[in-house]
Amino acid sequence: MAVVARDSEPGAAAGASRPAAASRLMASMAGLDWLARIWWAFLSISLFAGLWELCWAMGWADEKLLPPPHIFLDNIAEQGRYFNTATRWQVGQSMTEGPSAFESVLITGAATTARVFVGLIIASVLAIGVGVLIRYYRFFDRLVLPTITLLSPVSPIAWLPVAIFLFGIGNAPAIFMVVVALFFHMVLATINQIDTVNTNLINVARTMGASKAQIYARVIVPAILPGMLQVLRMNLFGAWMVVLVAESTGVGYGMGQVIMLARNTFNPSLVFFTIAVIGVLGFTFDWLLRLAQRRILYWLPDTVERLRVL
Amino acid sequence: MSSEDAPHFSSKDAVVCRGVGKTWAAGTKRAHNALTDIDLDVAPGEFVVFLGPSGCGKSTLLYLIAGLEDATEGKLWSFGDLVETPSPERSLIFQETSLFPWLTVWENVSFGLSIRGASKDERRTVAAEALQRVGLKAAMDKRPDELSGGMRQRVAVARALAMRPRVLLMDEPFAALDVQTRARMQDFLLDVWRDSGASVLFVTHHIDEAVALADRVVVFTSRPGRIKTIVPIEMSRPRNLFSREAENLRIQLTDLLRDEVDRAFAEQEAFAIPA
Ligand SMILES: Nc1ncnc2c1ncn2[C@@H]1O[C@H](COP(=O)(O)OP(=O)(O)O)[C@@H](O)[C@H]1O
Ligand SMILES: [Mg+2]
Repeated sequence: MAVVARDSEPGAAAGASRPAAASRLMASMAGLDWLARIWWAFLSISLFAGLWELCWAMGWADEKLLPPPHIFLDNIAEQGRYFNTATRWQVGQSMTEGPSAFESVLITGAATTARVFVGLIIASVLAIGVGVLIRYYRFFDRLVLPTITLLSPVSPIAWLPVAIFLFGIGNAPAIFMVVVALFFHMVLATINQIDTVNTNLINVARTMGASKAQIYARVIVPAILPGMLQVLRMNLFGAWMVVLVAESTGVGYGMGQVIMLARNTFNPSLVFFTIAVIGVLGFTFDWLLRLAQRRILYWLPDTVERLRVL
Repeated sequence: MSSEDAPHFSSKDAVVCRGVGKTWAAGTKRAHNALTDIDLDVAPGEFVVFLGPSGCGKSTLLYLIAGLEDATEGKLWSFGDLVETPSPERSLIFQETSLFPWLTVWENVSFGLSIRGASKDERRTVAAEALQRVGLKAAMDKRPDELSGGMRQRVAVARALAMRPRVLLMDEPFAALDVQTRARMQDFLLDVWRDSGASVLFVTHHIDEAVALADRVVVFTSRPGRIKTIVPIEMSRPRNLFSREAENLRIQLTDLLRDEVDRAFAEQEAFAIPA
């Protein structure tokens, strides 16, 4: 049990020699932990970019097809102009008016992020709600679960036409796509989580005279939250993919739209620039979610720490 | 109508079992008779220990008494009332910690009160009092994962006590603790038991623990679980566990158990190597 393992940690650390020394060093730097992490992230990305640049310098990578970072990041103002399409399309501005290149990138990125975020919230609330109802009411289980199981393996891409039929153009179809991509899996995950709640916890509540509703509200839902946040994080990247597809097929504006534009105008630099922006957004989003996870689920031990002593 | 079908039983004993049996997954292919023919009376304030090899149905019987599972044969009563559902009068404490990890210690202890809709002030008062009794008042605002295994089990005891139960059901509550901590916890439990006046039904597979705690030791046979014999312990308390009397009891209980463990092993081997 992880909790017990944590109790015995000081003893274990004293017993092991080298790894323990390393972990002590790490612990003493705990205050600078975030700095170290940023440093490692920087190193990791630099290494990747460096290799790419090397390929370019050696002439292995054609700069017209695979422009290295220093080229596609060179002219942000130029690239940012294309992001402007979105807002221009919305407010009917001409190419020369409207937000600056930098603002355009921000607005477009924020629009896409907002869709992912809203979709995530709607999908979580719906999925946990439906999952709990399925376990709570037998008849609801029998009535609804077969359909959900049937629909869950369907690729979200298949829902794209439906999104357009139902919601036309704008935020709604993109959000709908995110919700559809997450909802079915998350319902099944909720049910699975409920089924694996420690029986003792439920029995304790039962002996104290808790009603079925109280057991669900006070024991089962809090008990499944950690697992659900984990499921949410694992599905986050799926949500990002779907939202790009939704945007690129003309259901709105956003990062997906820019990728589509880059493709149609054969602009590899713009493609890679957009990929870089999406990467940063996705990474930040996951980081925020992890932060939230640690805040909301303060009672969970840090699972990474467990492996570090090995 | 015989007295055993009646909703009320003439005996006001803390627990009465008559012909109690449990078949898990009854009526299916995996049907499994865990417990049969249990007749048992536990007096108010009595300390009864269930002793037997693993898998002989001790936990199952505790669950039936708690009302968490239905008996497939026979009937159970508690203080004259038929046991049909769980009740706050009969608190169950498990081997592994069963504290709610998302609640603080005092919120855990007063969980039962919050179920009844008690105010926060009242809950905190009751929790403080219960934690005082287990010597953990200072840990009120801690989280369960900040506590050691022994402390967590004491919180679990406090949580049970906060319900003012008349029967405390304990399923190997100290099995996961180290030997020294376990000895301390046994002393502590005897104090709590004396103060509360509740009957305690305590499951263990440790003979030492049975000798240290019990007024009576119920020894089980294995597969299906039956009561093999009931050994009364008349040693005065506090007990000297190194006395001649204690030693003789340990020898007696060891002999009783050895037969059962041998039998269980023989059965498992026969099962593992089909003829
Ligand atoms: N919930 C359950 N469902 C099916 N079988 C069970 C269940 N709980 C216990 N059993 C079976 O009943 C038998 C007795 O188990 P248990 O009462 O836990 O034994 P003990 O506590 O004495 O070790 C075992 O063979 C076990 O596999
Ligand atoms: Mg057991």
